[in-house]
Amino acid sequence: MPAVQETIDQVRSIDVDQYKYGFETEVEMEKAPKGLSEDVIRFISAKKGEPEWMLQWRLDAYKRWLTMTEPAWARVSYDKIDYNDIYYYAAPKKNPAPKSLDEVDPEILKTYEKLGIPLREQEILAGVEPQSRVAVDAVFDSVSVATTFKEELKKAGVIFMPISEAVREYPDLVRQYLGTVVPVTDNFFATLNSAVFTDGSFVYIPPGVRCPMELSTYFRINEKNTGQFERTLIIADKGSYVSYLEGCTAPRRDENQLHAAVVELIALDDAEIKYSTVQNWYPGDSQGRGGIYNFVTKRGDCRGRNSVITWTQVETGSAITWKYPSCILRGDNSRGEFYSIAVSNGMQQVDSGTKMIHLGKNTTSRIISKGIAAGRSENTYRGLVSAHRKATGARNFTNCDSLLIGNECGAHTVPYIESKNASAVFEHEATTSKISEDQMFYCQQRGLSEEEAVALIVNGFVKDVLQQLPMEFAVEAQKLISISLEGSVG
Amino acid sequence: MLEIKNLVVQIEDKRILNGLNLTVNKGEVAAIMGPNGSGKSTLSYVIAGKEDYEVLDGEILLNGENLLEMEPDQRAAAGVFLAFQYPLEIPGVASMTFLKATLNAQRKARGEEELTTPDFIKRVNAAAQQLEIPKDMLKRALNVGFSGGEKKRMEILQMALLQPSFCILDETDSGLDIDALRIVSEGVNALRSPDRAFLVITHYQRLLNHIVPDTVHVMHSGRIVRSGGKELALELEANGYADYRDSEAA
Ligand SMILES: Nc1ncnc2c1ncn2[C@@H]1O[C@H](COP(=O)(O)OP(=O)(O)OP(=O)(O)O)[C@@H](O)[C@H]1O
Ligand SMILES: [Mg+2]
Repeated sequence: MPAVQETIDQVRSIDVDQYKYGFETEVEMEKAPKGLSEDVIRFISAKKGEPEWMLQWRLDAYKRWLTMTEPAWARVSYDKIDYNDIYYYAAPKKNPAPKSLDEVDPEILKTYEKLGIPLREQEILAGVEPQSRVAVDAVFDSVSVATTFKEELKKAGVIFMPISEAVREYPDLVRQYLGTVVPVTDNFFATLNSAVFTDGSFVYIPPGVRCPMELSTYFRINEKNTGQFERTLIIADKGSYVSYLEGCTAPRRDENQLHAAVVELIALDDAEIKYSTVQNWYPGDSQGRGGIYNFVTKRGDCRGRNSVITWTQVETGSAITWKYPSCILRGDNSRGEFYSIAVSNGMQQVDSGTKMIHLGKNTTSRIISKGIAAGRSENTYRGLVSAHRKATGARNFTNCDSLLIGNECGAHTVPYIESKNASAVFEHEATTSKISEDQMFYCQQRGLSEEEAVALIVNGFVKDVLQQLPMEFAVEAQKLISISLEGSVG
Repeated sequence: MLEIKNLVVQIEDKRILNGLNLTVNKGEVAAIMGPNGSGKSTLSYVIAGKEDYEVLDGEILLNGENLLEMEPDQRAAAGVFLAFQYPLEIPGVASMTFLKATLNAQRKARGEEELTTPDFIKRVNAAAQQLEIPKDMLKRALNVGFSGGEKKRMEILQMALLQPSFCILDETDSGLDIDALRIVSEGVNALRSPDRAFLVITHYQRLLNHIVPDTVHVMHSGRIVRSGGKELALELEANGYADYRDSEAA
């Protein structure tokens, strides 16, 4: 691991309770009236210049949502959310749909600069190897403010744009796939999202194309009392490949903010999608004040034969995380993978895991989950592996490890297994360990401080998963994990 | 170099060290022998600064500095090194990574420049070669799945790299085969210098055939009960600790 020393430096330079991305940007915003109603949904749809079918889709979702109740089965507790006390749309007043970077509000450009997200292609190009370029879609509250490398991607036939733009420019593609993996009626939060989603990314990779660069979306919640409801749809057509990464941050605030996203992935025959997340929403302070409520539905459909979907997530932020990126293994010989690092500190609550639904023959799945709990946090892995009657030869391997730091946190593992096919083979391994005092002493005896020792041991614990991330992000993620655990010892 | 005066230590209300006195001079190799449970490992942990132990009385000075007021990592930076009787495993952390992190941490603590990667690799390779540690082992997670003897060799490799001024070897010979005993001893001997002192804890004369001590101390019930030259070890080898048990009873 190359970044240990940097990690350690980073840990040193940061105070307990200091969330590096907690600053706020001063921009004038236009908002929908507070609360949720048909009018607000019409307002959002009109702002986006949507066709009638899209509005109807939203309204149907809204009607459905009114009949649903918030799920209560997760191991998280929070005060009741008042859905009428939230703004569902907030966009920069000045030029909400800029055509080029020159039109983007300089304050917003500065924000992304501060966050370390490069939006100027020229700057990215200077001195960087072509293969390590990343195309970025930057979503600021409810709208996408910039998408880079669009032209170059277009030459390769790749469509990468804000979903609101795709609804207008590629209505047939969107209509064909939207809601086919996460149905409108799927669950309370997904249905809410279907009614009010504002922006997110749309990706289409044509048959046989290997996407020439990493794609990524960077979500930033800035505005107070505003929910972010993004929607991402990625389609990898036959024999194509794409690697996609999402990142997210938000300002520090004493109130909680809701984030309810939906991500749908579709992989056709022989296609592969790698979806990586570095989730760093504001986690709240050490007393549990503030932080993002992160209720997210992510699902991939291995629709074609021999298709592959890999979810990799590094979850360090949010006051509450409720998230189960899943794979439906429909195509014969398809493969689903889930690699997760979930770090909780302070008063954070994480209930996260995956579902691997084996429908096709000889489908395989692999789950590697590393939970790290510190402070007074609660960290639950919840997973389902199931084999349908026709899923002859289905295989799953699950490995769930939890690491506890201190005595006041909790780690829980809730695995569900359902098999309706006798030939299915599911393996499950789970361990829970603590960083032992003897290990700490050993490291300190060699000259590492307490913090350096924890960083090193944790880096070792999560190594298998970090290796799955694209190189550039692995280093970032490693730093992030150490920072999140700042103040967890001593 | 190291001065221990009237050290009294307990753990969970159990007295383990009972007014221990010991002086080790610069350049000296001091051996400590004594029956199981007499407190040898405890002494080494207390010098290195392990928590859990309650120091009720006495002091430990390293070059006049009060070690008892320092954190374990500060003591390490000041030159204390302990080769553990039972080295710990650090899963997922390549030995190489561990070595680099610890070496640079100590250099930093002493206000020295960090080593560049090529410099570091040169040093590791040289030390590994001397201890006949295959390069592959350095890529594996530290001590995970290592044999008993391999773990002990890895301890000495760390010592060779960190170049501490006060080295404690707690039963480094146990678990070593005949060749490894020679290789490790040669590694230790190569580090002997007028500026460095060693405290070698062992049960057996055979290690002291290789690492010839300047002084030998007998520890019993948490105290040094007798000190002498290297011939004292031979006497113990012949007679065991029966004499001391008697003296305890008297
Ligand atoms: N955590 C502890 N709680 C209670 N007793 C302890 C603890 N640690 C050590 N002891 C006791 O202290 C005494 C000294 O132990 P120590 O390990 O220092 O002996 P030693 O001389 O190194 O023995 P050996 O030759 O077997 O390695 C033993 O009786 C041991 O059981
Ligand atoms: Mg011992």
